[in-house]
Amino acid sequence: MSQSEDKVSENSAEKKQPRQPGENEQGNGSSGPILLLFIVGLVISLIIGWVIFPKLLYSQKKQPIDFNHELHNQEVDEGCISCHFFREDGSFAGVPKNEQCAGCHEEVLGESTDEAILVEEYIAKDKEIPWLIYSKQPDCVFFSHAAHVKMAEMGCKTCHGPIGKSTSLKMYEENRISGYSRDIWGKNISGIKKNEWDRMKMNDCAACHKEAASAKASASKRSPQLFFDLLAMVFPDAGKPQKTEACFVCHK
Amino acid sequence: MKIDRRSFLSFIIGGAAGTTLSPLPWKLMDDMSIWTQMWPWTPVPENGEVSYANSTCTLCPGGCGISVRLIDDRPVKIEGTEGHPVNDGGLCVMGLSGLQLLYGQSRVKGPMKRVGKRGEKNWEQISWDEAISMVAEKLDELRSDGESHTLSCISGSDQGTVPELFKRFLDAYGSVNFTRMPSIDDSYELVLKLMHGVEASAGFDVENTDFLLSFSSGILEGWGSPVRMFSANGSWKKSGGKVVQIDSRLSNTAAKADHWIPINPGNEVVLALGLAHVIIKDSLYNKEFITNYSYNFENWKRVVLNEYSPESVEKVTGINKTIIRALAKDFAGAKKPLAICGKGQGKNPGSTSEFMAVHALNALVGSINTDGGVWAVDNDKQNYIQWPDVKKDSVAESGAQRDRIDGAGTENYPYTRYLPNRFIENINSSNESLVKLLFVHGANPYYTLPDTHNVRKAFEKIPFIVSFSSYMDETALNADLILPNHAYLERYEDVPRTRSFNRPIIGLSKPIIEPQYNTRHSGDVIITKEKKMGGSIAAALSWENYEQCLQETLGDKWETLNENGFWVDETFKVPGWKNAFKTPTLKCDFSYNELFSLPHFCILGIKGDDPSYPLALIPYDSMRLANGFIGDPPFVIKTVEDTVLKGKDMFVDINPDTAKKYGLVEGSKVILKTPNGELKVRVHLFEGIFQNLVAAPRGLGHTGYDKYISGKGANVNELIGTFEDPASGHDAAWGIAAQLIKV
Ligand code: SF4
Repeated sequence: MSQSEDKVSENSAEKKQPRQPGENEQGNGSSGPILLLFIVGLVISLIIGWVIFPKLLYSQKKQPIDFNHELHNQEVDEGCISCHFFREDGSFAGVPKNEQCAGCHEEVLGESTDEAILVEEYIAKDKEIPWLIYSKQPDCVFFSHAAHVKMAEMGCKTCHGPIGKSTSLKMYEENRISGYSRDIWGKNISGIKKNEWDRMKMNDCAACHKEAASAKASASKRSPQLFFDLLAMVFPDAGKPQKTEACFVCHK
Repeated sequence: MKIDRRSFLSFIIGGAAGTTLSPLPWKLMDDMSIWTQMWPWTPVPENGEVSYANSTCTLCPGGCGISVRLIDDRPVKIEGTEGHPVNDGGLCVMGLSGLQLLYGQSRVKGPMKRVGKRGEKNWEQISWDEAISMVAEKLDELRSDGESHTLSCISGSDQGTVPELFKRFLDAYGSVNFTRMPSIDDSYELVLKLMHGVEASAGFDVENTDFLLSFSSGILEGWGSPVRMFSANGSWKKSGGKVVQIDSRLSNTAAKADHWIPINPGNEVVLALGLAHVIIKDSLYNKEFITNYSYNFENWKRVVLNEYSPESVEKVTGINKTIIRALAKDFAGAKKPLAICGKGQGKNPGSTSEFMAVHALNALVGSINTDGGVWAVDNDKQNYIQWPDVKKDSVAESGAQRDRIDGAGTENYPYTRYLPNRFIENINSSNESLVKLLFVHGANPYYTLPDTHNVRKAFEKIPFIVSFSSYMDETALNADLILPNHAYLERYEDVPRTRSFNRPIIGLSKPIIEPQYNTRHSGDVIITKEKKMGGSIAAALSWENYEQCLQETLGDKWETLNENGFWVDETFKVPGWKNAFKTPTLKCDFSYNELFSLPHFCILGIKGDDPSYPLALIPYDSMRLANGFIGDPPFVIKTVEDTVLKGKDMFVDINPDTAKKYGLVEGSKVILKTPNGELKVRVHLFEGIFQNLVAAPRGLGHTGYDKYISGKGANVNELIGTFEDPASGHDAAWGIAAQLIKV
C-alpha cells in the first residue's frame, strides 16, 4: 500500500467514528444561532432585494416641463391621435415636436411657469423639448404602431394606460444599468402586473400575440412546418408561432 | 455570541436564499442583458419623419441624380434618383458613401491661415472678414504692380456658374490663366473642333449601340458617367450587344467583355488604323457618309491603305492579323457600332492621334451623330450662362492681351484650351515667378496631377496659394489660406454637361442640410471679394449673392431644377449629318489624321530608353478607388481587395513570369523605381497582364484628409511623368519606364 492510500484510510476511519452529542457544534453547542443567522441573512437579503435594490436601481429624473394630458385632450378633436399622429407614410410620429405645440403656444398662454419655459426656452429658440419617454424601447426592438393601432384596432390605452386622463407628468425613473424607463419592467419590482399597461416587456407582447396566434391557428388548419412543429414538441408551451411571430419580426 | 465558520456559512446561505427569493438577481440579469445589447456608446439613429430631397452628386463628373433620405433634418442615406436620365436609380459606391464626407473628420471647419511651414498642418482659425481681406490685399498688391496676369486659377471644371464666376473674376481682374484639370474631355473637344469644326462636348449614345469597341476605356472602371455606363453594360448583356475590350490589363471591363484583346499600351492608335484599313479595303465603310460628308478622306485613305495593313499592324501590336480582320468586319458589320477611347476612367487626355483615329473609325462606319453613335453636343445649345461681357479697365485689357502661361491657344497649340501639364512645367522652367497667386477650386492638383514631384516644385515657387476646398486635401494642406466651400450636400450649384452624356443636361446640387461649419459658398466668396475690390471688378458682378446669381442665370429652368434636381433638353434629337459640320468645307475633316503616319509612329508617353528600366509602369483605375479631388471614404476603402491594399501596403500587378524572373512570390516586398522616383510596394501575381508591365492602382497614398483616408498605400503619380503630345500639348503619358528591385 502506498503512503497516500494509508492517509486516505486513516481519514475515512476518523470520519466513521460516531459523534458524541454536543460535539457536532463547536462553541456554544446549539443549533439556535445558526438558524438565527440564517434568518438574519435571509431577511437582510430580502430587504436589500425588495426594498433597497429598486431604490438604488432607478434614478429619478424630472421632465423638462410638466404637461397636462387631460387638459389638452379636452382641447383637441381627435383624442390622442391629434398630437400623437400617424405620418402620411404610415409611420408613427410619437412624441410631438415643437411644430405641433407652436400651433397654439406661439405666445405664452396662461400663467404657469412651465408654459413660460415652453415658449421662451424651446419654441422661441426653436429647440426641441428633450422629453423623457416612458415607453421608449431598446433600439433593437421594432414596433409598428400602425400594425397595432390601425390594423388590429387596438386603443392607445391597452399598452399606455389612461395617460390621457393624467393632469401632470410623473417622475421619470431611469434604470441606471439599461438606461430605459422603469415603466418597461413595471413599477412593481416583482414584475407582477395588475393592468395590461403596467409593463412593456417582451413577455407582455408575447402574451397577447400568443393568444391571437392560437386563436388564428384553431381557426385555420395550418400546414405542418417542420421547424415550428419541432419547436412545439420541445417547448409545448411556446405556442405555435406563425411567420409573424418569428424573432426577427420585432428584433431587427 | 461568537460567530464561527458554520454560523457565518449559515448567514451566507440565508442571504443567498433571500437574494434568490428577491427580484434582485433576475432583474439585474435582465438589465445587464439589455445593457450589453445596447451599448450606450453605440450610435443609434434618431427616430423622426422620413423625407427625400433630390439633388445632384458632384463627387465625380458623372452627374448622377441623388435622392437623399432624411430623418427630420438629418441626411441619413443617399440613394439614386429613380427616373433620372443619367443614372435612373443607380448609384456608385462613392456616391453612396457621400455622407461620410459630409460628416467626416476631413472637413475644413472655417477659414484658416497657415502659420507654420507649408504642409506642416499648422493652422490658425481666422474670421471670414479677415480671410477675404487677406486675399483682397494680395490682389490689390499684384494689380497695382501691374502683375494681374500672375493670378491663376485651377478648377475641377470650367462649366457651370461657379467656375464661370472664377473665370469672370479673372477676366475683370486681368488674367487669362484659368485652367481646368485634365481629362478625356480635352481630347474629345479637340477632336470635335478639328474634325467637326464645332465647340462641343462628346456624347455617346451608349444605350442604343449594339457593338462597343473600347480602346482601353474602363466601362466598368468609371469611364464617362460611371453609373450610366454600368447600366448600359447591363442592357447590352440583355439585348445581345457586343463589347470588345482592347486593354493591356485584364481589367473588370475586359473580364466582363465578350472579347478581350490584350494590347501593349500606346499601340491603340495603330490598331484603330489597322481596323480602318480593313474596313476601307473591303469596302465596308458607310458610303453615304464618306461620299457626302467627308473631306480629305482620299488622302487619309491613302496613308491608311499604304501603311496600316493587318500585317504591318500585327508587327507593331503583336495582335494576329486574322483577329484584326475579323474585328474590323464585326465592327463594320454591326448595325450601330461605336468606338470609344480614353484609358481607364479617362483622367488623362491621352494621345490626340489615338482619339482622332478612333473618331475616324466611327466616321467610317457612319456612327457619328446617329443612333448608338458618338454625338457632338453643341456647347451653345446647353449654355444657359448668358452674362453680359465684362467691361474691362486698362489693367484687365492689358492682362487679356497676354499669352496663357500654359501656352494653350497660342501658335503652338492653337486649338487646345487648357494645358495644366505645361502650366506646371512652365512655372518650373521659368526664371521669373510666373504665378504669384493661385486659386484652387474643386480640384486637388497636388495629389491628382501626374508627376507629383514637379507639381510640388511648382507649388513651392508660387508665393501665395488659396484653396477653396471643403476638405483638408493635399492641395489645401499645402496652401497658405483655406476658404472652405460648403460641402456638396450643403450648397447650391449647377452641374451642367454630364461627361459622355448625349443630351444637354443640367443637374442642380441643392443644400440638403444646413452648413455644419463656418464655411462659405465659393460663389459668395468671389462675389464679396469683388465687392471689396470695387471698380470695374465689382461692376462685373452685380449680384447680391450667389443664390441670386444662380436663380437669375437659370431663369425659367430654375423651378424644374429645384423640383427634380435636373433639367434635360427633351427637344434635343439625334443631331444627324446635315448641317452638323462647321469646318470650312462643312464636312467631317480627315486632314488632321494624316499627321500620324506609321513610319513616324512612336509609342507616345513613356519616358526614357535607359536599359536599367526594362519594364513599363501603368496606372490602373477601379470603381472602388476614388482618384479625383476626393479620396476614398471609409465605406469605399473597405471594398478594396487585399490584393490591391493590405493594411498600409499597396500591391502592384505583375505577371507570374516576371515574378519568377525577379525571384518574387505573391506579396513580396519590392521597390518600384522609375526615372521619377521610387516607392515601396508589394507584388500581386496576375496572369492578366503582359510580362513587361507593372500595373499600379490609382487613388491610394493620400497624405491629406483624415486618418481614415490618408496613409493607405502610395500615390502612383509620384512615379509617373508627363509626356507632351506633339500635336496638342496635352499630357499623353500612359505610363513610364520602370524597374523592380527586390528587398
Ligand atoms: S458615379 Fe460619380 S456622380 Fe454618380 S454617384 Fe458615383 S460619384 Fe456620384
